[in-house]
Amino acid sequence: MDESMIVGKNHLRVDAWEKVTGNAKFTNDYTAPGLLFARLVTSPFAHAKIKSIDTSLALKLPGTKAVLTGQHFPFLTGSLLKDRPVLAVEKVRYHGEPVAVVVAKSDHEAKLAAEAIQVEYEPLPVVNTVLDALAEGAPLIHENLGMYKVVKPAAPEPNTNIAHRQKIRKGNMEKGWANSEVVVEASFSYPKSDHAAMETRCIRAQISAGGNVTIYSASQSPFVIKKLISRYFNVDAGKITVHTPFVGGSFGGKAAVCLEFIAYMASKAVNGKEVKLVISREQDMLSAPCHIGLEAKVKLGCTKDGLIQAAELSYWFDGGAYADQGLAIARAGAVDCTGPYHIENVWCDSLCVYTNRPYATSFRGFGHSELMFAIERAIDMMAKKLNIDPLVLRQKNAIRAGNTTPTQVVLTRSNIGSLIKCLSRLKEIINWDEGARIEIDENKVRAKGIGCLWKAPTSAPNATSGAVLSFNNDGSVNLSIGAVELGQGTKTVLAQIVAERLKMDMSKVHVTMEVDTRTNPEHWKTVASTATFMVGNAALEAVKDVIAQLRQVGSVALRCSPEQLEVGYEKVYLKHNPNIFIEIKDMAAGFMFPNGNAVGGQLIGRGNFIMQHLSHLDPTTGRGVPGPTWTVGAQAIEIELDKRDFTYKILRAASVIDAGKVINYKTAESVTMGGMCMGLSIASQEGFQFDSNGLVQNPNFRSYKLMRLTDIPEYIVEFVETPQIDGPYGARGLGEHGVIGIPGALANSLSIAVGGELNRLPLTPENIWKQVRGDSK
Amino acid sequence: MPEKKMYNLYVNDEEASVVARPSDTLLHVLRDQLGLTGAKPGCENGDCDACTVLVDGKPIKSCLMLAIEAEGKHVKTIEGLKNTRIQKAFVENWAIQCGYCTPGFIMNGFALLNQHSNPDSETINDWLSGNLCRCMGYAEIKAAIKSVMTSDHADKSS
Amino acid sequence: MISFDFDYYQPCSIAEAVSLYHQLLAAGKLPIYYAGGTEIISMARMNQLFTKAVIDIKTIPECNVLHVEGSKLVIGSAVTLTQIEESNLFPLLSEVSKRTADRTSRNKMTIGGNISGKLMYRETVLPFLLADSQLVIAGNNGFKTVSIHEAFNERLHLQSGEILVQLITEQSYSTLPFKTVKKTKQSAIDYPLLTLAALKKDGQIRAAFSGVCRFPFRLTEIEKEISQNQMVVDERIDRALKLFPAPILDDIQGSKEYREFVLRNTLVEIIEWLEGVS
Repeated sequence: MDESMIVGKNHLRVDAWEKVTGNAKFTNDYTAPGLLFARLVTSPFAHAKIKSIDTSLALKLPGTKAVLTGQHFPFLTGSLLKDRPVLAVEKVRYHGEPVAVVVAKSDHEAKLAAEAIQVEYEPLPVVNTVLDALAEGAPLIHENLGMYKVVKPAAPEPNTNIAHRQKIRKGNMEKGWANSEVVVEASFSYPKSDHAAMETRCIRAQISAGGNVTIYSASQSPFVIKKLISRYFNVDAGKITVHTPFVGGSFGGKAAVCLEFIAYMASKAVNGKEVKLVISREQDMLSAPCHIGLEAKVKLGCTKDGLIQAAELSYWFDGGAYADQGLAIARAGAVDCTGPYHIENVWCDSLCVYTNRPYATSFRGFGHSELMFAIERAIDMMAKKLNIDPLVLRQKNAIRAGNTTPTQVVLTRSNIGSLIKCLSRLKEIINWDEGARIEIDENKVRAKGIGCLWKAPTSAPNATSGAVLSFNNDGSVNLSIGAVELGQGTKTVLAQIVAERLKMDMSKVHVTMEVDTRTNPEHWKTVASTATFMVGNAALEAVKDVIAQLRQVGSVALRCSPEQLEVGYEKVYLKHNPNIFIEIKDMAAGFMFPNGNAVGGQLIGRGNFIMQHLSHLDPTTGRGVPGPTWTVGAQAIEIELDKRDFTYKILRAASVIDAGKVINYKTAESVTMGGMCMGLSIASQEGFQFDSNGLVQNPNFRSYKLMRLTDIPEYIVEFVETPQIDGPYGARGLGEHGVIGIPGALANSLSIAVGGELNRLPLTPENIWKQVRGDSK
Repeated sequence: MPEKKMYNLYVNDEEASVVARPSDTLLHVLRDQLGLTGAKPGCENGDCDACTVLVDGKPIKSCLMLAIEAEGKHVKTIEGLKNTRIQKAFVENWAIQCGYCTPGFIMNGFALLNQHSNPDSETINDWLSGNLCRCMGYAEIKAAIKSVMTSDHADKSS
Repeated sequence: MISFDFDYYQPCSIAEAVSLYHQLLAAGKLPIYYAGGTEIISMARMNQLFTKAVIDIKTIPECNVLHVEGSKLVIGSAVTLTQIEESNLFPLLSEVSKRTADRTSRNKMTIGGNISGKLMYRETVLPFLLADSQLVIAGNNGFKTVSIHEAFNERLHLQSGEILVQLITEQSYSTLPFKTVKKTKQSAIDYPLLTLAALKKDGQIRAAFSGVCRFPFRLTEIEKEISQNQMVVDERIDRALKLFPAPILDDIQGSKEYREFVLRNTLVEIIEWLEGVS
């Protein structure tokens, strides 16, 4: 086996056979005699006082074991801003907010009991949009905002509906505008939508007589669940074990910890018996946190020859009723507010705004597909005004090593990669030179649009990860990690990294699939496309540790110095004479000499990783280091539009992303195509539809539509490889990125096709028709 | 207590006795009583096809069928497929990410290839138009189906 | 998960089904007939429907026929939509059917269920309205055959306990030129923004609509206007639109204004196409 026999190769997914046979177990796939079931009662109003909750009928039903309401949870939760009761107290703030939970002997009895709970509400004025929320005299969604507990960097503004404001002040705006010969200014709208993972959220909880808490959750954050259960319920962290089996898609939505608190309390209410909290699709969409929306105002100033001089950006993220990660998204949106363009003078206010809508948490891209939609549309509008090719305008301004980001990080080739290369390659593969707009016939026009992307993972500055290697008596290795398999292929990629460094066949690397917080080393959370970077580095450390041990023990066994030994092919062997070796299987539990003497003991490799050199952002300027690296890329969409009715087909979708190093092209391509498809879905048809009372009109897949197999374009996915020096084998984060530039690219292609400016998503034929006609709503 | 009834189902070529309410869906009975959790509840409203099983060879959303309706019929779930070419094709075409929608796709694809050994694109689209996948761009799934199709004959095994 | 309980009956004959219905009704069981059941299960899950007894008519032989008898096409009410498509005995119906829901659903959905269901679209009724089909309905007094225009007005009107057994259509309608267009908000698998089905008989255009108003309909007055081929198409459409039987829908599938825009376009497309064929 030569170097790079495994990394860079298309290894089949290690979980594939489990998943094509129905064997792969998800949280909801478990049942047992005696298991109890919990169901939620949720609010039918977007904003209302709770006048009374009558649980008597529900409690009379024979299967009912317990009913809990907000009074049983005397605390507020939230990741940075503690603003959310576990179950609504005194008032509800969004349609679908959990108000009560019932526990019963069977799922159907739980559902019956939930339906029997009678809640009396008194409707309150509804704050239905971000603009309503920011208007003078708007009703306050959180009257006590000033009294909530806050963790840095959260900065809520009391007596308003602003949960957080992140400022970016870079350069000198006066100078920027003075140098600008052409100015473009426009508003953009990206609706609130849903993660729509195919597996709805599900949690099981039990508490043993000895006080041990066991939780199973379809989660991206099992270690965070452990911490929070410990914190809110005063349980020793060591007594809590969180398990996460396979997760049926998440896209950020299962990073939030919310329903786990309910499940824990539900179990506690029935003497610790195991309780499964089942969430319907409607509740998954409404009650659990959703995908943030954005209203944006962008003003760009540019010289006549197309060098951007100034950007003034107002991002109003629609966080919904509670801040959760919406606040961090507003911060991340500020961090990368300009898109991947070099701009010296930047003013940005990025707000997380409360509305009476389902609350938002992280979503694939963490605010970036939203802000990039606004930026990429504005860039195309600028190109049109300047009469410059939009691809050329992007090339001219593409950010690169030596430039600074909005938070004034000086970029290097390692941490920014090459957007220029991505754009050049994109230009070729989409045949840009044939023209962005081609008339097909009287009714049909074909058009191409471009959208760039960038994103830094904005983790906690001390986010950490670990890996432990142990060995079996056949010489194969077990990789124990805390990252969750969400579908992204992380277990396969991490196995490849270990196999490569050990020069071992992939079939000899066994990765733990289910995460168990008691036995797996902690991984911060499986978010932000950081698992390969963080866990990969930890795994390499663990391999390094194991190799050192193998050399040490090998040197005793083979009577040489450790430096003379090499590890690979399941052996420890002399570099200069590989015929002299010991098999790892004979060292896995210690090496025994023929006479019975033993040395070494079990081989256990240990590796860890912690983020380095990250810093908090200055609250007045935003200056600071938000993440270790950026991933950049360029994307394009080609559509064919019927000019009569604005229906269209998506013909081609292309992405060129700087991946640093592609560990497994097939999984990288697949996750990128998935992101592209999701971006097309969001931009072409998704979004909650609210009535004037703030009620969601499309809370399930009957009315909330996703892309289907029938709708897909031809995909072209390529990667540029500018190594990230501190990444495993040079790999950059890759996962979310496929989605980021797509809404902008689709809107650009359709804007070119209709010859107008389509600045409001989703681009359904009706919405295009309205925008072309100039309707304001 | 609800009125439960005992009746027999014929699942994956085996007879199975179940005790269920007449208003229980086939999906719940397969999962909760028979431990066949390959059929997934994605929406329980007939909108996602993650719970697709074959009933007398036809793909059916098991969330929109009462279990009692299946009495006397042959039900086949993903667990009833053993080493079929379509399963292999999904593995080899990376047509899986989280795996939650996978059984539903495979059941529809399996039935499709049994009925049409060489379906055109329109037929593939029609048969798989009910299946939602949120992770992938669907291209791998299409490729997996096509790879089975181009290898001369449909998957008749199991 | 349906939270309430009901009994399930599977009668083997129409007579048994009807008598069962009346017994259950008298016993306060609020019985409903059940065929494909897709709509019933979905509505029951959301408590939009309640019953203590369902009577599954799928095993009744008369409800399962799908054949041509002499000059007539007979379709049993429990025949599934995919069976109808695969037989393709009535191409216009096949086309409309194929655009209803997704295929896996149509493996379960029945023609009778779609036409007599609670959802307002009932798209598969359109071809039968155009073909002046006959409905066979069974009740306490045995079978009766009535014109669809008599029994279907906005929705299917049945007396308590009556069952739609069969739909009978003159075979000659299967060979007439037709056109059907379904438009949706965006996704092809969705309720209609509008569905139009049209055919040409004796030089006259017949057109039926679903998704435009809160019920499906066919009106001869509208057909007269759109068939006036001495007049320009736009003017015919203007006149026809004045005759629509109810306000144009304004809902999450589309606004009233947009529906009207799409309706006009679609009517132009259909009229021009049908006038182009002989």
